[in-house]
Amino acid sequence: MSIEVRNLVKKFGSFKALDGVDLKVDNGELLALLGPSGSGKTTLLRIVAGLDWPDSGEVSFNGEDALAQGARERHVGFVFQHYALFRHMTVFENVAFGLRVQPRAIRKDEATIRARVKELLDLVQLDWLADRYPSQLSGGQRQRIALARALAIEPRILLLDEPFGALDAKVRKELRKWLRSLHHEINVTSIFVTHDQEEALEVANRVVVMDKGKIEQIGSPDDVYESPATAFVHSFIGESIELPVLIADGLITLGDRPLRLAADGHAPGASRLFVRRHDMLVGPPGSGAFEGAVRHVRNFGPVQRAEVALSGGETIEIDAPRDRELRAGDTIGLEPRRYRIFAGT
Amino acid sequence: MTMQIADSVSLSAPDARARAHAAAARNNLRTEPKAVRIVIIALAVIFLTMFVVLPLALVFAQAFSRGVLAYLSALADPEALSAIKLTLVVAAISVGLNLVFGLVAAWAIAKFEFSGKTFLITLIDLPFSVSPVISGLVFVLLFGAQGYFGGWLRDHDIQILFAVPGIALATTFVTFPFVARALIPLMQEQGTQEEEAAISLGASGLQTFFRVTLPNIKWGVLYGVLLCNARAMGEFGAVSVVSGHIRGETNTMPLLVEILYNEYQFVAAFAIASLLAMLALITLIAKTVLENHLDEGHDASEH
Repeated sequence: MSIEVRNLVKKFGSFKALDGVDLKVDNGELLALLGPSGSGKTTLLRIVAGLDWPDSGEVSFNGEDALAQGARERHVGFVFQHYALFRHMTVFENVAFGLRVQPRAIRKDEATIRARVKELLDLVQLDWLADRYPSQLSGGQRQRIALARALAIEPRILLLDEPFGALDAKVRKELRKWLRSLHHEINVTSIFVTHDQEEALEVANRVVVMDKGKIEQIGSPDDVYESPATAFVHSFIGESIELPVLIADGLITLGDRPLRLAADGHAPGASRLFVRRHDMLVGPPGSGAFEGAVRHVRNFGPVQRAEVALSGGETIEIDAPRDRELRAGDTIGLEPRRYRIFAGT
Repeated sequence: MTMQIADSVSLSAPDARARAHAAAARNNLRTEPKAVRIVIIALAVIFLTMFVVLPLALVFAQAFSRGVLAYLSALADPEALSAIKLTLVVAAISVGLNLVFGLVAAWAIAKFEFSGKTFLITLIDLPFSVSPVISGLVFVLLFGAQGYFGGWLRDHDIQILFAVPGIALATTFVTFPFVARALIPLMQEQGTQEEEAAISLGASGLQTFFRVTLPNIKWGVLYGVLLCNARAMGEFGAVSVVSGHIRGETNTMPLLVEILYNEYQFVAAFAIASLLAMLALITLIAKTVLENHLDEGHDASEH
């Protein structure tokens, strides 16, 4: 099932949760909506599910108007951040719920329902928990049951709202891999919302980066990381060094110091220069675009993270390989292997 | 390394002792001398005995003062039987109505956002803050012979005041907040996610209500119904104003107790009173049981 969203607007009072969002999701895709809290990603997901209604705009599934249908008719599987399992039902009954509430005409008989639930519990590898209640499960188990419950109705689309947000780091990593392989297996069009860039880049085929109700960039995980389209995307994804610079007369200046960087193709005026922490190459003093004094060094496994006071006045953090040990007090030259400049402040 | 470990060991022993001392000192601060404790506990016991246990015991003592037979015959009196029956009917009507009203009001307040919500919550509490006598008077003003609807009601031969409908209305009004008050915090805490999940799984509104919402709040509903019922059966003020005290017809149990008492029929008065007292005791026990269940429900919902 493909999904198309056109010019979606949603306001809560004076707050614009969605401000003209356009998005196409292809059949069988696993798409991540990535953004900080308040960026509108959950609102977008809830509108697609039919749990919220837009002020204006269109949503269609396979070309059919989805807004004409309620959540009940849309046949969309929704997985909530806090699981929303039915607390008074066993795991088995939770998964069976969607099958039991079907209209009598199409409802399956008890034996078929039991077989289907068993199959789903096997799929999420929790068949041994069938008789437990949600309160007796761990967070990771609850989330897998919630997923099994959503899959029971054979949804046309699977929507996951921060599915791993409430879990601890280790479980989260396991579930990510598991979700990706599960998607490979069942191949249903899926959208999941996350504020965790690592999660989005690791799990999704395509990533949609959102901020303040607008889509900043849509692209493959490599695209959004390697060629961020906006300053926001650059600073939100990956760890970036951000420097306020001025572009004038073909020169880029930081503070009052001209940098040894070409200003070609950039509009004059106040701008921001972005460099990835690990893209700053360390050289002897006098080499490279920047110069600075090492203030402080910490080691993180294969890299050393150094706090460097640039001679322009700014202090930045860089990640350098450990082959040349840095020491506090060293004066070094820094050359950005790659950098991007975005106009504005 | 060894030096450090030895150091920390030698440090920890006096450290622990110091901590134990501090804890003991804290305990001493919190613990009153024995004499004071005894006095305080004795005061509480005496107070409870005088104001709670003694009156309750006296009710039963008076009721049985002329023996079990007198007690039973007092209860078997036609007037008493009619009062018991009327009380049960009125309680059933008002609890039934308030169950529906309370569920609807709590549902609306807990699950939806709308303007005027605070006003509605205040309105629900109104019967608690208005004196029951005034609540009764309002119905007299509305439905009495000189009231707003009095003429119309007389023309259509409908009797509200001095009859079961009036008593049921007044009781319903006075007991309105119990169910809603028991449910609003519970439903607010549970939020709307389970309902949303149910609907996205294809459940209809009714299926969602009966399969998801109601099972989640059933102990709260029972709790509200229990308190509502206790108050409905015991209500005096509002009912007294609208009932008209027609013997054998519009007297509820509390009204009959007063009438009998004023006529110096102490055994009969206290016999009826003993029934109300027993209702109170049963309510208390049931309330304790339900509160345990409610706590369990809260624990289960915490993640």
